[in-house]
Amino acid sequence: MKNKFAWLLAAFVAFIALLGVGLTLKPQEIPSPLIDRPAPDFRLARLEGQEAFSPAEMRGKVWLLNVWASWCDPCRQEHPVLVALGETGKAPIVGLNYKEVRGDAGIDISRMAAEVEDALVRERVSRWLAERGDPYLVSVLDIDGRVGIDYGVYGVPETYLIDKAGIIRFKYIGPITPEIVKEEFLPRIQELQGDPAAGNVSGKEAKS
Amino acid sequence: MIPELGHFALILAVPVSLFAGVLALLGAHGNDPRWIALARPGARLIAFLLTLAYAALTYAFAVNDFSVRYVAEHSNSLLPLPYRIAAVWGGHEGSLLLWALMLAWWACAVSFFSGRLAPAMRARVLGTLALVAFGFLLFILCTSNPFLRLLPAAPEGRDLNPLLQDPGLIIHPPLLYMGYVGFSIAYAFAVAALLAGRLDAAWARWSRPWTTMAWVFLTLGIVMGSWWAYCELGWGGWWFWDPVENASFMPWLVGTALIHSLAVTEKRGSFRNWTVLLAISTFSLSLLGTFLVRSGVLTSVHAFAADPARGIFILVFLAIVAGASLLLFVWRAPRVGLGGRFALFSRESLLLANNVLLVVAASTVLLGTLYPLLIDALGQGKISVGPPYFNTVFVPIMLPLLFLIGLGPFVRWKRDDWREIIRVPGGLLLLAIFIATLLVGLKGSPAIRIDRVLLLPFLVVFSLTLALWIAFAAFFHLFRQAKAGRGAGGRVAAFIRQPLHFWGMHLAHLGVAVFVAGVAIVGGYAEEKDVKMAPGDTVTLAGHSFRFLGVREVEGPNYTALRGDMEVRQGARLLRHLYPEKRFYRSSAMPMTEAAIDAGFWRDLYVSLGEPIDRANPAGEWAVRVYEKPLIGWIWAGCLLMAAGGFLAALDRRYRKRLPAAASAPLPPSSDPA
Repeated sequence: MKNKFAWLLAAFVAFIALLGVGLTLKPQEIPSPLIDRPAPDFRLARLEGQEAFSPAEMRGKVWLLNVWASWCDPCRQEHPVLVALGETGKAPIVGLNYKEVRGDAGIDISRMAAEVEDALVRERVSRWLAERGDPYLVSVLDIDGRVGIDYGVYGVPETYLIDKAGIIRFKYIGPITPEIVKEEFLPRIQELQGDPAAGNVSGKEAKS
Repeated sequence: MIPELGHFALILAVPVSLFAGVLALLGAHGNDPRWIALARPGARLIAFLLTLAYAALTYAFAVNDFSVRYVAEHSNSLLPLPYRIAAVWGGHEGSLLLWALMLAWWACAVSFFSGRLAPAMRARVLGTLALVAFGFLLFILCTSNPFLRLLPAAPEGRDLNPLLQDPGLIIHPPLLYMGYVGFSIAYAFAVAALLAGRLDAAWARWSRPWTTMAWVFLTLGIVMGSWWAYCELGWGGWWFWDPVENASFMPWLVGTALIHSLAVTEKRGSFRNWTVLLAISTFSLSLLGTFLVRSGVLTSVHAFAADPARGIFILVFLAIVAGASLLLFVWRAPRVGLGGRFALFSRESLLLANNVLLVVAASTVLLGTLYPLLIDALGQGKISVGPPYFNTVFVPIMLPLLFLIGLGPFVRWKRDDWREIIRVPGGLLLLAIFIATLLVGLKGSPAIRIDRVLLLPFLVVFSLTLALWIAFAAFFHLFRQAKAGRGAGGRVAAFIRQPLHFWGMHLAHLGVAVFVAGVAIVGGYAEEKDVKMAPGDTVTLAGHSFRFLGVREVEGPNYTALRGDMEVRQGARLLRHLYPEKRFYRSSAMPMTEAAIDAGFWRDLYVSLGEPIDRANPAGEWAVRVYEKPLIGWIWAGCLLMAAGGFLAALDRRYRKRLPAAASAPLPPSSDPA
């Protein structure tokens, strides 16, 4: 017997299938217009040393730019993964500390002089790296968040993969995990370095 | 110790609900009175266990037991006690527990107020509810257990999301959940009726008051959410077409269709299949809302921490709850009779049109909400669907519906002749058109803004006409009843003696009129200014002058705020001071905007602080928003009237009195086809 309501079931199954597919997608991953574009240039103070840092210094290397701040909870989660990745020596990581003090809602910077804020940023960043390990080749300080705007930082942490010519090849929003490193970053790093063996200096795998 | 007690009660509720559900349904199927008798104590035991579990969790919040992970993540010792109690539902796990608790309470209420229901029917209803509860409890225990310990205990809690620290938001989620979960009763009645193979007027009469009550709660929940967003988000808007708002709006639309369709099924025996399908859809849409909010498939301001395991679980649950009932429907529906016939022009056909319009409206909301997901699933990129889509598509569907609201009560059941009745409604409609045009003419044409369709002057006149028309029609019916009233105590007494459902319907329809008038006037005549103000600056808007006196720091219990001081004058007369705030909660990284509102019957004045122009100098210039919103209060007042109307209708005496013997005769044992 043909049932005139049977189409309802078919529609329902299709609907559930759509929702099921939806579960595998990540709406939070906003495609960055910067992918395959040159990394925006900047000059920022280093945590250590007098000279300003500029991405031009990294020409010829495949490197990572990690945006972080100590007030950001997921950064705390991500940090050991970065330390482990740094130890493998597969790619140098530049740490971009983003709005360390003024991003922290617990601090009222309204009556804070610029020098005081600068000193407080340095103290907090140094303490963080001393306590948790320093995975960064160099740490730079984006105190007022201007560079963050150029890069379209939208949630900390974010990690950019930049190739030898200074082109952004990949961007990951949110804390990276050992799986993300293994599945997203390492294959891309190897590919960009051309020779799979060349980038692997220490020859050790990331332990996680 | 106390949390373990709660945990134990929660775990115990899982097998209890499974057995209560399966035994009651099997008992009803085999007509075994002993098993059927288990349904009522089963429902009450589940309610008792979940109340215990919920009380234990509340206790853990009250005494700041940060060794419970959920408490540590959503509370803080500085948080005032009322907020700590509200924080129980401030996160995913606790809000699910509240959901389950309300489900249990609704079922418990059915077990008490179903004396006139045939025992087998009652067992089917309670059994279905127990199985729904079983699925939900399993979900809580497997993926979202609020009782897990955190050892060693956290020294301090992470605090409740500051967005939730507002009186309006304390009661928003429970009201909303009461509505969502309340529709499970309509669902259970529908499933029970399908299982029994008997969809009749008695079934419709049983489920009507429950469905209406659920609808009332959902209405109130949505209103509270809208009002909260208006006060708290600082944009001065009252509806944002956010996916989660839509998730609550879809069951409301379909639920509205359901309560009207139930009326037809009860009175005329028609629309049976349709009513059952609406009952199933309404609850399924409630579950869909839960899925959308909790699984992270859509991005929204309400997003809970996304967890794929939770998403899969709810999806499977949704598939089972909706799928099984649909299967049952497809199997049974072809054998359900059509019921009373009706002519093309009759109250039935107008209500059918109402149903179709509401369902189409809900479908457009569903499409807009899921469209980004669909596009993403097809690999076509990421898009978002915003107010322009919804306003363009949704509003034109609602306008004919508004017209029908006014017309419906004039038309008789079964068949009517439009030529006979056209005089009164036609006259009222012409009067409404005349007054609306006059009002808009006097006030001046509203600003035309191309990007928002609603603001076209034509639409303002049109919506206002419909609002007046609905109001005139409602008043006409009320006065006609008063005039026709005879008997003891004179006309007034006769008027008051009208059945509650009569009052309820017209009150709810008046609510729609008030709501539409508010929407039309706010849409057409709201004025706003986004300005940079230094202390001492004055901005004028809609005949009011706002003088900014600067910002100072104030301390709250768990936040520090920058409080602006705005002197408002009407002409030269000092009206009042408004104090908009920018709050910084100590334990979290989110600044919060607290708008200051001078609410009035005719208009709201609304001031919110943006950001200081120079962050280092909050004593200097600020970005400030000032709004004048005429009749915006009518939007919520109208919704409250709708809810009040629903409440009155649900209390109508005829739902409480014993039915005539024919209707309450025991149902025959399950009429499975041989």
